[in-house]
Amino acid sequence: MQIFPCPFCGHRNETEFHFAGELGKVRPDTTRKVSDKDWASYLYTQRNEKGTVREVWMHLPCAELFVLERDSVTMAVLGSRPLREGQQ
Amino acid sequence: MSRYSAGRIFREGLRAGRGWGQAWRTPNPKPAYDVVIIGGGGHGLATAYYLTKNHGIRNVAVIEKGWLGGGNTGRNTTAIRSNYFYPESAALYDKSVALYEGLSRDLNYNVMFSQRGMIVCAHSEPEMEMAARQCNAMQLNGVDAELLDADQVRKLEPALNFSPTMRYPIHGGVLQRRAGTGRHDAVAWGFARAADAGGVDIIQNCEVLDIRIEAGRATAVETSQGAIKAGVIGAAVAGHSSVLAGMAGYELPITSYVLQAFVSEPIKPVLNRVVLCPPFGTYASQSDKGGLVIGGGLDRIPSYGQRGNMPMQETVLSAFCEMFPSLAKVKLLRHWGGIVDVTPDSSPIIGPSGVDGLYLNCGWGTGGFKAIPVGGYLLAHLLAEGRHHALSRPFGLDRFTSGHLVDEAASSGIAH
Repeated sequence: MQIFPCPFCGHRNETEFHFAGELGKVRPDTTRKVSDKDWASYLYTQRNEKGTVREVWMHLPCAELFVLERDSVTMAVLGSRPLREGQQ
Repeated sequence: MSRYSAGRIFREGLRAGRGWGQAWRTPNPKPAYDVVIIGGGGHGLATAYYLTKNHGIRNVAVIEKGWLGGGNTGRNTTAIRSNYFYPESAALYDKSVALYEGLSRDLNYNVMFSQRGMIVCAHSEPEMEMAARQCNAMQLNGVDAELLDADQVRKLEPALNFSPTMRYPIHGGVLQRRAGTGRHDAVAWGFARAADAGGVDIIQNCEVLDIRIEAGRATAVETSQGAIKAGVIGAAVAGHSSVLAGMAGYELPITSYVLQAFVSEPIKPVLNRVVLCPPFGTYASQSDKGGLVIGGGLDRIPSYGQRGNMPMQETVLSAFCEMFPSLAKVKLLRHWGGIVDVTPDSSPIIGPSGVDGLYLNCGWGTGGFKAIPVGGYLLAHLLAEGRHHALSRPFGLDRFTSGHLVDEAASSGIAH
């Protein structure tokens, strides 16, 4: 089992964590007209990077969202921080 | 190409097999080709073969960064089936099964397609109703399907767990008799040999580093063996589709995950068909060598690491032990992981990439092996004609903008 770091609870078993999505996806302003292309891109397009990735994860027991930085090839964890901390 | 036959085996046996030549050449890349196909897995090699066979285009190169069939073509559970729900999917995958049915003869290479059948079990009365719906949909789409009750399933697969105290007791199932398994390496090698015989250059150990774009059109691939100009480019790179998209500058709705599979030590015949138990998300078949071939769902995390993680291994194998309690003591021989390209609707992407001169065959997710012949058939059509075949039209990248998804994950509940 791999150990992931929750910024709030510390190191826990990977099965306690849930992958939520890539970091930095911003919902288009739906009070204005959004083109089909932009909306489809928001819904479906993934960067799906090979190498260092920054993602939003949830630690299920504390239900907090946080940013996990890891390597998508080696699975090495490079860091984690609360979602609200720092620039997205 | 010297033909393979029973008589040939006999003759070669008399001269200690010295007459067997290489199955395909190892050429150096030429500076330019009419068609360059990126990816020497099943889909890429099938594309090259159908370009020569159906379209008479022979100035073709297949570029592979590793060895032929070393990616997902060699890392799957070899199931071939067409038990889908929507007419678009049924037409696509049934064409593939039909092509597989004639493939050994077509390629003059035994791909060992064994139509032993596949059973998708139902584990409650509501699931039996959904099984009947699935069965009806398949029959309406012209695909063979039979609804079985528990006794009929027991007759066909007595090794399954029919205990009423099973976690998900078996109530019945859907049988597709034309489904089965094939030999994965033979599919890659058979297509490679037949494509090579048609004049295609198969270039291994040649990694694509960049795509050259001139005036909005993809005109060449920069590789570890130099630049190769291309009239048109076909991309069949499965789990690395997003990496290639990054080079050429188009976007894809694809997430790459690891999919694991397992094979046991060989045992005497015990499992006759491919058996899937959806609530467990686990399925199994028995190879001709006797090994139990076991597969399950995706690992939980997007990944490019070609190996599995422990939680999913635990999930799949504990489910297998519940499905077949008598096989719980069988030892695993090996297990492996492949990188699969999963789309939001679990259907493939076949069509223009958005960059002129570059066409896609990707997004097959966990079900690419069964679709190798049709994937190659349709990408060859796109590369040769520059427009969709009727079968590939519903699977273009534009469906994500227009909203015409072919949502097989939701409709047939098939774990791709």
